[in-house]
Amino acid sequence: MKILVPVKRVIDYNVKPRVKSDGSGVDLANVKMSMNPFDEIAVEEAIRLKEAGSAEEIVAVSVGPAKAQETLRTALAMGADRAILVDAGDAEVEPLAVAKILKAIVDEEQPGLVILGKQAIDDDSNQTGQMLAALLGRPQGTFASKVVIEGDAVSVTREVDGGLETVKLTMPAVVTTDLRLNEPRYASLPNIMKAKKKPLDTKSPADFGVDVAPRLKTLKVSEPPVRQAGIKVEDVDALVAKLKDMGVV
Amino acid sequence: MKTLVWVEHDNATVKDATLSTVTAAAKLGEVHLLVAGSGCRAVAEAAAQIAGVGKVHLADDAAFEHALAENVAPLVADLMGHHDAVLFPATTTGKNVAPRVAALLDVMQLSDILSVEGEKTFTRPIYAGNAIATVESSDAKLVITVRGTAFEKADATGGSAEIEDVSGTGDAGLSSFVGAELAESERPELTSAKIIVSGGRALKDGPTFEEVILPLADKLGAGVGASRAAVDAGYVPNDYQVGQTGKIVAPEVYIAIGISGAIQHLAGMKDSKTIIAINKDEDAPIFQVADIGLVADLFSAVPELTSKL
Ligand SMILES: Cc1cc2nc3c(=O)[nH]c(=O)nc-3n(C[C@H](O)[C@H](O)[C@H](O)COP(=O)(O)OP(=O)(O)OC[C@H]3O[C@@H](n4cnc5c(N)ncnc54)[C@H](O)[C@@H]3O)c2cc1C
Ligand SMILES: Nc1ncnc2c1ncn2[C@@H]1O[C@H](COP(=O)(O)O)[C@@H](O)[C@H]1O
Repeated sequence: MKILVPVKRVIDYNVKPRVKSDGSGVDLANVKMSMNPFDEIAVEEAIRLKEAGSAEEIVAVSVGPAKAQETLRTALAMGADRAILVDAGDAEVEPLAVAKILKAIVDEEQPGLVILGKQAIDDDSNQTGQMLAALLGRPQGTFASKVVIEGDAVSVTREVDGGLETVKLTMPAVVTTDLRLNEPRYASLPNIMKAKKKPLDTKSPADFGVDVAPRLKTLKVSEPPVRQAGIKVEDVDALVAKLKDMGVV
Repeated sequence: MKTLVWVEHDNATVKDATLSTVTAAAKLGEVHLLVAGSGCRAVAEAAAQIAGVGKVHLADDAAFEHALAENVAPLVADLMGHHDAVLFPATTTGKNVAPRVAALLDVMQLSDILSVEGEKTFTRPIYAGNAIATVESSDAKLVITVRGTAFEKADATGGSAEIEDVSGTGDAGLSSFVGAELAESERPELTSAKIIVSGGRALKDGPTFEEVILPLADKLGAGVGASRAAVDAGYVPNDYQVGQTGKIVAPEVYIAIGISGAIQHLAGMKDSKTIIAINKDEDAPIFQVADIGLVADLFSAVPELTSKL
């Protein structure tokens, strides 16, 4: 079985995003960029399935600017076998268009599983995996905290509002990762070196006949209302007094 | 505009998240509801009483019992022949199903909206709520998920909508429900609790978390939350997690105990009315958003607080 893992290049999760003063977006100039954290988890899960003998090949794919190559090299250094960059230039590609591109790649590559992150930490959309599953007419196991291959089916334990839920999906299937699925490994230096020699194909959205023109127009990006820091109280008695003032107790 | 709202339920009762979604839908136009489930007529009858609702579509079929996206998305997409917008609460069910509907309709979804600015214009959080985008859709139909804390709840009673049975295409044969481990708790649910007591990594382990946090929560009649670090370390189950990737809460009072205040955590609670933080590090980022801060060792401060309330 082949596993396809879509990975997105996003602002590093440790960086506090700053809104541009003209309200046109978030300032990404000279900001550290990394693989979306949920996608690292997706890559890790694919590698573990390969190590367990359930998969033979892992293909990482990224839609984005030429620099998304770096993200793909990270996936290769972690253990993916080859990579596909769909160079879309610097414009943001929306989840629906990404899903259409991924569908075209799935049609070519025929993976048994596509493992995506549940959400990209820049657009916070939480859509691409579900959209891809719909376009393919395949089942989806979203927000996975456990993935078990059972013959030609996959059992996915999902993190849901009330706790956990397990579903069984016929394969091929689409899975999206939640944070507790696994802890991604760091790429070792030798593997980073080796990754430089692994194959990386470059394509464009037009190669797949996908129109990436956005459907949503961003009119404005603004700072959320800032919370003013309040006061510090000296001790528990002062806190109790405050709570009483507020009518909490 | 004719809107359709996905009713969140457990085949027995309407979940609160539905009510704020109805409020968002009402800003767009006429509100219809969809109750998809199994043996769920009582849910439809309760939903029909929500104030301002025009009609309830009831799809009662074993295939819809667990809201499997593969089965319910075609049903919703089909109903969109007669509606201009569909709104889901941004719960795990809504987030699972809505994008599947959007793709079937070839529509780009609007996730987690905070406000309705116009017929096709909405605000939504991006970058873990560190920025708010105002976006306008150019699609003919709208598929939306709604952040519950951003809209008032519609009245659960006062309406008398008619119930119309609809049938879907049944079981797509792609997926099946195996089981669930749902937390049973006497405590208020996080997303509707008025007071939340939340604990972080500093709580050491499960028994310590219970010993320190629960008595305080009991005293206040509060819901109990946690940071991701506390959940990852296994102190409490995953459904306690508050944050960018956990639950979004906005109670009257949020008490953060031994939580540093990472942006991903703040994303889930910074709209709380009053934030109280107890942390031994006076420079912890949580103090930048806290209305009342107490710099103290939680292991002495929290039991003392509990006893003095
Ligand atoms: C993609 C992604 C998504 C994430 N989503 C979430 C999310 O949804 N929710 C979330 O919470 N996190 C999330 N995180 C994790 C987040 O970045 C932080 O790691 C996490 O919130 C830290 O939890 P914490 O504050 O409990 O632990 P720490 O950061 O370790 O803080 C512990 C705090 O306890 C204090 N302390 C220690 N001992 C005592 C004592 N005796 N008395 C008083 N205070 C004490 C310390 O001073 C410190 O401030 C996410 C991370 C990523 C990468
Ligand atoms: N441009 C992209 N390139 C590759 N994968 C992507 C891209 N955008 C989204 N994804 C995948 O889809 C997941 C969910 O993203 P989103 O729907 O944008 O929140 C991510 O975690 C990735 O796995």
